[in-house]
Amino acid sequence: MHRIFLFFSALLLSLLVSCNYEHKDENNNNYPIKKVTEGIYYHQGVHQDASEDNIGAIANVGFIIGERCVAVIDSGGSYLEGTYLRQAIKTKTNLPVCYVINTHVHPDHTFGNAAFKDDNPEFIGHEKLPAAMASRQDFFAKVFKETLGSAYEGTEFISPTRTVSVNSPLTLDLGNRLLTITAYTTSHTDHDVTLLDNKTKTLWTGDLLFMGRIPVLDGSINGWLSTMDELQTLDLNYVVPGHGIASDDQWQQGLENQIRYFSTLREEIRVIINDMGTIDDASKQVGISEQNSWELFPQYHRRNVTASFVQLEWE
Amino acid sequence: MFNRILGLLTASLAFVFISAPASAVTPTEPLWPTLKVLYFGDKAESIREDANDLLVLEAPKRAEDAAIVPITIKSLIPQTADKYIKNIHFIIDNNPEPYSANFHLSPDLGLINITTRMRVDQYTFIRAIAEMNDGSLHMVSRFVKASGGCSAPAGKDAAAALARLGKMQIRMRKPTIGEPVTAQVIVSHPNYNGLQFDQASRRYIREHRVTNITISYNDKTLIAVDTGISVSEDPSIRFTFTPTKAGILKADVKDTKDQAFTQSKEIL
Repeated sequence: MHRIFLFFSALLLSLLVSCNYEHKDENNNNYPIKKVTEGIYYHQGVHQDASEDNIGAIANVGFIIGERCVAVIDSGGSYLEGTYLRQAIKTKTNLPVCYVINTHVHPDHTFGNAAFKDDNPEFIGHEKLPAAMASRQDFFAKVFKETLGSAYEGTEFISPTRTVSVNSPLTLDLGNRLLTITAYTTSHTDHDVTLLDNKTKTLWTGDLLFMGRIPVLDGSINGWLSTMDELQTLDLNYVVPGHGIASDDQWQQGLENQIRYFSTLREEIRVIINDMGTIDDASKQVGISEQNSWELFPQYHRRNVTASFVQLEWE
Repeated sequence: MFNRILGLLTASLAFVFISAPASAVTPTEPLWPTLKVLYFGDKAESIREDANDLLVLEAPKRAEDAAIVPITIKSLIPQTADKYIKNIHFIIDNNPEPYSANFHLSPDLGLINITTRMRVDQYTFIRAIAEMNDGSLHMVSRFVKASGGCSAPAGKDAAAALARLGKMQIRMRKPTIGEPVTAQVIVSHPNYNGLQFDQASRRYIREHRVTNITISYNDKTLIAVDTGISVSEDPSIRFTFTPTKAGILKADVKDTKDQAFTQSKEIL
């Protein structure tokens, strides 16, 4: 009898909790969506590490509305965030979600995929995204189950149903709205894509651009620096970075900051390598001038130095 | 001998991991009591722990990049023909295959100063166990916290690693005969541990990794390493030795496909 009472109390409690979430959502208190420009919205991730409290909502995720349907660009850092994003879309349009584009494999950009399954969209990513997902998913599942706690529940690893190859961009039509998905050679990861909304000249960079938050290298330092040079030449009205604020006038500085950060690292690491220095020497000395320019610098800078060091050894 | 036992041990370890609690990220049950018996059998109980008078183990407090964690071992007593460290066994408790490397060391090495790079999957103890020429075992260990965020032990650019497979470097400052010099041997190798997926064939890539690195001076072996799957992509061995006369420093590498790579450098 006592057990039954406990069971029902738990059930009631869980109902209350879930109602509470929905309530907050409808009012957009808990999950604000900002307008970038006509028909383009995003939720700005917080500059924190993923946790149960922030439900993994640390990256920019969002959507673009056409006349026929909606494209989602990055689905959230947990299944829970994915459901918030799905509900936010409903507050703007009743059109179906026809595409979910994952800019790369990292959990903050892909873990919400399952929240869009009911729309039966095409999942789109780089041709190397399936391999990246397959080789990391066990590790990610193990780590993020613990990191995200209850927000992780329902998270699935959904690989792209359609892939994009380097040098052959893909065009998608949302109904009088053409999107161009471009795949890159190894940069932030070995499988980055960007999305360009041709109508408004808005570029969604994924993690090719971090603003405010320290960029994380999970690809190639030299490759990323050349990709950043390419991005600088683009004629754009708006940019939505992978992290930080979307804008028409701040992204240029953001890109310059990121180029400066990695150029500094590269230059200083090369000197240490030539002098037979070690990874440890480099992580103590390199990039100190950058420490006040970035949020989460202590958490990720040494990692960037380590990853860059072992690549620059082969120049 | 340790290499031969490795296969058997992996099988028995799989059992250990299956019976471990589901949440394996921060294991609450220490694995070491089980591991030491698996790897050292009857001698497990004779291991002298906290052998800080003999060895110094350096590792970052946190695995900044899970795929590349530099680990350094130094000895405090020089090698002599009568008394020397014959082997150093590296064990990373919470990695999929904890037994990570076995360094066979020459008595000619003087003071041991060796750095290598390992993959570290999660919060773990890293251990170095010195086996002396008299058979006694001496251990030092360090606790390493896992990396944050999205750092996975998988490689970053599989295509690039494969493209330069087998390329080698021997790097050092200009050596002086009779004085200790630091050298580094690196071999470019994807070091696939059998957990990576190949999209083209839609299959897991078969294990393809370096198994042995032998470093010799004038045909006399200084360091021979049996490497396990914890060793990073592009395996690197950095070490100190003293060239007593002019000669050739040579590194030979073998992998699981029986490919052999070699590189040498003349010291004048």
